[in-house]
Amino acid sequence: MEVTFSFERTRAISRTEVTTRPSLSYWQDAWRRFKVNPRSLISLYIVATLGLFTLVGPWVWTIDPTLQDLDQISVPPGADRRARVVGPHVRWEVDETNNAIPQTLSATQLAVIGEATTQAVRLAWNPVVGASGYRVYRGIAEPASPDALGLPLIDIVNAKLTRFEDRLDLKSRTYFYSVIALSSAGLELGEYATLDVEVTRVITANEAIARGLSERRGPSLIGETVYLDLHPLGTDYLGRDMLARLMHGARVSLFIGIVAPFLYVFVGILYGSIAGFAAGRWDQLMMRFADFVVALPFLLFMILFKIVFNTEPGESGISAMLLAMILLSWPATARLVRGQILQIREEAYIGASRLLGAGSMYLILRHMIPNTMGVILVTLTFAVPGAIFTEAFLSFIGMGVAPPNPSWGSMCNEGIKTMLTAPHELVFPAVFISLTVLVFNLLGDGLRDALDTRMRSAN
Amino acid sequence: MANSRTNRHDYVRYAIKRLIQGVITVWLIATATFFAMHNVPGDPLLDEKAVSPEIRKNLQAKYGLDRPLLEQYGIYLANMIGGDFGISYAQENRSVNDIIREHFPVSAILGILSIVFAGLGGILFGALTAINRNRLPDIVIMFLVILGISVPSFVFAALGQMTLVNVNALLGTSILPVAGWGTVSHMIMPSLILGLGTMAFLTRLMRSSMLEIDNSDYLRTAISKGLPPTRIFLRHQLRNAILPVITVLGPSIAAITTGGFVVELVFAIPGLGRYFVQAVQQSDYTVIMGTTVFYGAFLVLMVIVVDLLYGLVDPRVRLD
Repeated sequence: MEVTFSFERTRAISRTEVTTRPSLSYWQDAWRRFKVNPRSLISLYIVATLGLFTLVGPWVWTIDPTLQDLDQISVPPGADRRARVVGPHVRWEVDETNNAIPQTLSATQLAVIGEATTQAVRLAWNPVVGASGYRVYRGIAEPASPDALGLPLIDIVNAKLTRFEDRLDLKSRTYFYSVIALSSAGLELGEYATLDVEVTRVITANEAIARGLSERRGPSLIGETVYLDLHPLGTDYLGRDMLARLMHGARVSLFIGIVAPFLYVFVGILYGSIAGFAAGRWDQLMMRFADFVVALPFLLFMILFKIVFNTEPGESGISAMLLAMILLSWPATARLVRGQILQIREEAYIGASRLLGAGSMYLILRHMIPNTMGVILVTLTFAVPGAIFTEAFLSFIGMGVAPPNPSWGSMCNEGIKTMLTAPHELVFPAVFISLTVLVFNLLGDGLRDALDTRMRSAN
Repeated sequence: MANSRTNRHDYVRYAIKRLIQGVITVWLIATATFFAMHNVPGDPLLDEKAVSPEIRKNLQAKYGLDRPLLEQYGIYLANMIGGDFGISYAQENRSVNDIIREHFPVSAILGILSIVFAGLGGILFGALTAINRNRLPDIVIMFLVILGISVPSFVFAALGQMTLVNVNALLGTSILPVAGWGTVSHMIMPSLILGLGTMAFLTRLMRSSMLEIDNSDYLRTAISKGLPPTRIFLRHQLRNAILPVITVLGPSIAAITTGGFVVELVFAIPGLGRYFVQAVQQSDYTVIMGTTVFYGAFLVLMVIVVDLLYGLVDPRVRLD
């Protein structure tokens, strides 16, 4: 019996082996793995929001970050912006002397005459037994002892002149006025009387019109309430709008935070791939030099290079900072890339490509760099928080971006001086720095898990 | 016996090699600092008042600034080997050595205390998270760790100071001073603050190294032998998990000394970091150069010491 062989395709078997899903490219697979992790996805959204805040923000919120609003200095967000319109200041016309019988000093004697406004606060009291003069203090906190009454406003050297009009830089807040009697030698006599005065904000009609706070004109405006300029996140110690400064500061901080890593990672890639590709003596020599740069104390040399490159006094200092960062930060990437290249150059596809006549440059550009892209991207993401920290640190010690250019670091530096009375000036830039660093750290974690299976964290 | 002797021999050779490398690094740092500072625009004698050309010449001769650059470099190196960093331009009659001698101990105490805080805290919290993996203490501590890594040190410093002010005001007495230096109570807050970032970093490291050991064969062996749990934990897990923490202590010292600038500024501590920042603002070139080289040498030395200690603690480390 003859056996016949059939070479026809057996359809049934091939049908079961059909793959149901198209195979994914490296980047598609990475994106699929990245999406699963909610933390990295959220951080990606926050990074996008920060980008919008920085790029689009200043187009939407067009207030000049250097404009000073002197009526609203160190104002926290959501503060009362109302101001009543009043006429110009009128002199306080009363008798020069008070001939009432002197009494002992007590709080009940001290009184506000008329209304306490930011235009003027008028105080009057009764003559005090044994006093030949008075000293008036103004404090912003309830005085705890005769040594902590606040700012001395005036010395009155007449026992019968028992009134005082305060017109010194008044803000809409509560002040504690203290009066203390003086002896004939000008010494303070122990007791003092304190009165807390709530000051309401007023603005003269002329000023309200000049600053465009009201549409209407003329004396009919008096008694109306107008609203001062809106500052959603408050103002700083010079009355500059915090939101505008944060947006412009973000431009500086994020620019340095993103551009610097890009540049030095690029330098590191070039250096590392050349060293890794050259191998042998050159590789040794180049890596010794990289080791030396790593051994330099980073922040000290950052400051040193910053001094060396900062030639012009009017410069913002951003380019000097970028240059210093590139000079000091490239070795980490260079080492990483070199290690990768040394690994990849042993792969079979490199040998195959070489057999087909590929040159060194072609091998580096076409095979080696693309294959290290994942690791490089992760390094880049982790480098961003480092660069933002460095910028913030330098600006904080006054070696960073030159004023009046805002950066988050220099805003923190300014905010720390007023942190007890106006904490928002420190809190907002600090939150922005911390949030950005946090988000880039989380993004880096996510990218590492998605892109590089070998570098995955232990948990 | 013979084996242990060759080991010791290897170790000494390794130590000598590291020291020579360290000396070369310090020399390179000194050279880089010297030439960097010579490229700074302007010169130190130009800053203050205008002086007549004759006086200027005399001053230049006094400071040796009229000689050729290479000769200046030679003098600079020779002085430095002799341990002389020169005289301050901005503070009369004060040598850089004086400034370092007076202010470095303050920075060193601050740094040592922070390292102790950071090391102990990192090991403790790292072990705690690993034991309670995925339970509440782990989640809470790891959240704080992420915060600690993301918040810059000056923010911590400001917050710490603000807290002290408020707590002191609330209690009516001063439990800890808000700023300054001198007594032990002055040291607690700044060194805690300075150590926070490093502590967070070490906690994360300790946690992952503890978890790695969780899966190791020798731990399973120890458990199956029936050893008491505390002994397993202390001798087998904790001791081995601490090793990687020790390796990063060297670089951590670097991070802490430079991070000290900020804390010294905020808490008004008369340390060398604050003087460095001040010297930079005053263009006091000799102080800048002296402090940079001194700090650089200190950091290099610290890294070598930590590496050598590590070689002693962990016999598996490759000496090359």
